[in-house]
Amino acid sequence: MNRPVRVIPRLDIKGPNLVKGIQLEGNRVLGVAEQFSDIYYAEGADELIYQDVVASLYMRNSLLDVVQRTAKQIFIPLTVAGGIRSIDDIRALLRAGADKVAINTAAVENPKLLSEAAKVFGSQCIVASIEAYGHNGKYQVWVDYGRQVVDMDAIEWAKRVVDLGVGEILLTSIDREGTGRGYDLNLIEKVAAHVSVPVIACGGAGREEDFIKAVKQGAADAVSAASVFHYNYMKPVSAHTMTFNDARLRMGEPIDSGNIEFLKDGYGGFKDIMTDRLSIPAVKQAMRNAGIAVRGTRGMDHQNG
Amino acid sequence: MDERVAIVDYGVGNIFNIQRAFDSAGAKTFITGDRKKILEAPRLLLPGVGAFEAGMRHLDESGLTDVVREFARTGKPVLGICLGMQLLMTRSHENGVREGLGLIGGEVLPLKITGSLKVPQIGWNSLRAPNGANGGGDPWRGTLLSGIDVSSEMYFIHSYYAAPEVPSERVAMTEYGDNLFCSVVKKGNITGCQFHPERSSEWGLKLLKNFAFDEVN
Repeated sequence: MNRPVRVIPRLDIKGPNLVKGIQLEGNRVLGVAEQFSDIYYAEGADELIYQDVVASLYMRNSLLDVVQRTAKQIFIPLTVAGGIRSIDDIRALLRAGADKVAINTAAVENPKLLSEAAKVFGSQCIVASIEAYGHNGKYQVWVDYGRQVVDMDAIEWAKRVVDLGVGEILLTSIDREGTGRGYDLNLIEKVAAHVSVPVIACGGAGREEDFIKAVKQGAADAVSAASVFHYNYMKPVSAHTMTFNDARLRMGEPIDSGNIEFLKDGYGGFKDIMTDRLSIPAVKQAMRNAGIAVRGTRGMDHQNG
Repeated sequence: MDERVAIVDYGVGNIFNIQRAFDSAGAKTFITGDRKKILEAPRLLLPGVGAFEAGMRHLDESGLTDVVREFARTGKPVLGICLGMQLLMTRSHENGVREGLGLIGGEVLPLKITGSLKVPQIGWNSLRAPNGANGGGDPWRGTLLSGIDVSSEMYFIHSYYAAPEVPSERVAMTEYGDNLFCSVVKKGNITGCQFHPERSSEWGLKLLKNFAFDEVN
């Protein structure tokens, strides 16, 4: 295989903050998003994913500022997801600095959005985000950041979004997400081996070998992970910097900056972290040792030569 | 004027990230669709993502097709990125045959899909000097790849590639599945790259810096 598999940190974002939960629930604040994206860029991340965790619920798009600040600092591709409902939403995110947008809820409600968007902006920047929950050997599609189940089979939906013109699929297994139990290899294989576009595996990475299995057994074209990286790189910060009492939403509500208890007094503590804590170079080295091609951990080196 | 590069605005693609990357490389740029401003600029960058036909149509509708050709004839440096590279060619075979700018002789062809190869190619892939020419020194001296490591990796996202007719115009090649395609083309003052230098981390920024400051030796 002469094509490097991409390693992609996923940053779930609430307001200005990086948050992380388990199975898309119980999000705790870990710091400010751009601080993490700067580190991931320097550490050799191949792309980044920003997922706005509240946009889809409250129909707001607070992400533009964060995207704009990030785009000035990092020069690798950035995919943005969360609350994207229209061609105008996509245009605004691309202008702010996103390279690709990933769409879940609005695509399920109106599949034509995907084909229209692919026509206007090109397939290469339209990603279908599919969030699936495994149950009795079946995979159901969930929308609204894991709040709402719809009567659709995730594997059938994956085939359909390719026909609608998307250039890539971001495939998240909700039941594995945040647990560190490993990717859902069955789900990934069922999609990645049967569609013509690249598939990013997401949800469940907890150990080095999980990344390797996603590629070797799951046929993933890219591997995404959150907790393993976030908890490795997070630094102690003052909880006070994480509150946003002055900031207000358009409708006048204070911004909920998220649950900062973990930052404040280590609520739950590190014993409560269910994954290993891994650096990006360590993950890439493990993949390389397993015979998987990955890009050099920094742009300026050439270990992959 | 201070600006070193005119980024052609013809209504396609995310040109702001290209501008941000030049900013980071210390090069002032301006975005314009104005004929006069383009022709007065010291260098021209032709961006582009999406379908070939739409790209040419937007150039035509903006009245910029001949402006780009005219600029290229002045001998000042031109750089086409991704679809911008493909538009430099004679013609494309994406969804039927469509004439391009014709600044570099050759066709634009689809990536061949064999085995489990995924198209579009999305991700990092390495450059190599053509014919494995690697006999010491910098094989890319005198090109925009000057000072960039042989086998350095760049970020690609494409389903088609440009195939320049003249072998000596193929500055760098890249392998994807059974495809060995030209990833950087250079004909005199005109250069095209299939990857996105603005998304290719340090090496990509180096290429943009080379372009903006004529650092080619």
